[in-house]
Amino acid sequence: MDYFLSEEQEMIVETARQITDERIIPHRAELDEKDEFPRVILNEMAQADLFGIPIPEEFGGFGGGCLDIVLALEQLGRGCIGVGTAFAASSLGIYPILIAGSQEMREKYLPAVAAGKKFAGFGLTEANAGSDASGIQTTAVLDGDEWVLNGTKQWITNGGEAQIYSVVAITDRSRGARGASMLVVEEGDPGFRCGPKEKKMGIRASSTTELIFKDCRIPKDRLIGRKGTGFITVMKTLDSSRPGIAALGLGLAQGALDEAASYAKQRVQFGKPIMAFQAVQHMLADMAIQLEAARALVYGAARHIDAHPDNMSKVSSMCKVFATDMAMKVATDAVQVMGGYGYMREYPVEKMMRDAKILQIYEGTNQIQRNVVGQELNKEYARS
Amino acid sequence: MGRELDAMKIIVCVKQVPDAKDVRLDPKTNTLAREGVQSIMNPYDQHAVEEAVRLKELLGGEVTVLSMGPPQAEEVLRQAISCGVDHAVLVSDRAFAGADTWATSYTLAKAVNVIGPFDLLLCGKQAIDGDTAQVGPGLAMRLQIPYVTCVQKVRQATDSGLILERMMDDGYDVLAVDFPALLTVVKDINEPRIPSLKGKMRAKKVEIRRLSAADIGADPACIGLPGSPTQVVKVFPPEARCKRAVFTGSLDEQIVQLVDSLQSYL
Repeated sequence: MDYFLSEEQEMIVETARQITDERIIPHRAELDEKDEFPRVILNEMAQADLFGIPIPEEFGGFGGGCLDIVLALEQLGRGCIGVGTAFAASSLGIYPILIAGSQEMREKYLPAVAAGKKFAGFGLTEANAGSDASGIQTTAVLDGDEWVLNGTKQWITNGGEAQIYSVVAITDRSRGARGASMLVVEEGDPGFRCGPKEKKMGIRASSTTELIFKDCRIPKDRLIGRKGTGFITVMKTLDSSRPGIAALGLGLAQGALDEAASYAKQRVQFGKPIMAFQAVQHMLADMAIQLEAARALVYGAARHIDAHPDNMSKVSSMCKVFATDMAMKVATDAVQVMGGYGYMREYPVEKMMRDAKILQIYEGTNQIQRNVVGQELNKEYARS
Repeated sequence: MGRELDAMKIIVCVKQVPDAKDVRLDPKTNTLAREGVQSIMNPYDQHAVEEAVRLKELLGGEVTVLSMGPPQAEEVLRQAISCGVDHAVLVSDRAFAGADTWATSYTLAKAVNVIGPFDLLLCGKQAIDGDTAQVGPGLAMRLQIPYVTCVQKVRQATDSGLILERMMDDGYDVLAVDFPALLTVVKDINEPRIPSLKGKMRAKKVEIRRLSAADIGADPACIGLPGSPTQVVKVFPPEARCKRAVFTGSLDEQIVQLVDSLQSYL
């Protein structure tokens, strides 16, 4: 389907497609097998300016919007959402600075990220604070000219690989949701270290670790925005970033459909390619229909967000749920179409199916996304 | 060909060729069936462009890409710009048509003289359509500068010259060469980068300098078909020479027959 992309957007697609075909796909199985962080590929993506897409031109970026990043992530996701996640998490890490950071803070961090010299990460989740962010235990206390952080963040993407982390900490427990703040922690700050790499079911090319703060002292000016605005910044960040996760789902599903359909053309049973059997054709047709419907929703949501509406939570959550549930289904069906071969590691759909699962879990579980949509509906219908 | 301090000047020669993945011979005419075949930058030249851009990043200066070809050869010049090259020059004129390597090197040398002083000229080892590997060395001879072919690595680069590895059948030579010089490069030298977004934006807008036969002051007798002492008389696919033999009998007997048969070729 023609989505009437601009010439610049076509360029983004072409660049990300070339990176995916030439640099990611040939290495994805090995990265997965070895749990290896794709440092070389990320450097090539940086050289091709992909890290600059969401960063304003005044900071050396491309000045792109939500749809631009969606288009890049869709292509990367077609190759490997492990690599795509590492890339997306770096954007996620700088969104709080983009959304709420001071001009000085933007000048300090954004050019290095745009140039791919530094990676970023985003630290929200803790052992007892996942879907329920109010359970956050990590604290930041002002001591003279320094914040002192204590606590542990869990399952942080790009942990140990990033140089810049946007972290949520409680600065005033008595104020509830208004007592949280976001701060920038840098690699090498005293009292900060990352835990060992987690062993995961999928997206094994990405790095996931704890961020451990033990009397970690950072300068006072590392506070992002005003004290107590942490949760607002988190919500705005996730509203902007969720279509990117949806885009990884689109890419993954496209990759799975491509594999399953070309296999079905070649695989002969009962004297015919299995594509000739209606049972298989209908599965492939359903995969293609769901994928295209999801793509239309994700692109539409991204364009809506690029128009800077007052409230984008609902469409952001809708597209994340729909595209990632679709990706899980399409990946599972791709394995089914390919039968025993699909279950084997020699074929890429086995990895796609393992990888797809995380899309329904991270950046807000799909249950939480439905809560968001439901709450918005509740508000809308109260007005009418 | 003097050298200005702190402003290294590199010229890269590139050629637009049909994509080898698509090329077929028309069985009737025995010529390349070019219809519907994609054109690409000669793969060796992509490595030459990459090396030029890397040297610029290392030493500073600027890179100009040069091609002789029809107007659509602009595409490969824009591709070079998107990979980090600064300027592009297309030498294009109907009078250049039918040029062999002799006339091509003459034409390129004339164009280089119009572009101005340089420190380094880079070419791919050969083009994948003609496969002659003659234009690079020919160009160096016309310009009266030293050249090194089949460079697989630039070991060291300074303001005054390069230390290089030249690929040989049984290893490599290490050579030092002073500027100005011409190198032809093999694919081992680097991995070409993927064009960047900013590079592509620039490539779209960049003005490509066009030079005609008159602009470069070419002698009409030295260019195109009249300037080409060699001509392609006939192109034909080699005859297929596959012999088939079926061995029969027990496995041991078949092995003896196979070994005998193989030995007859030694």
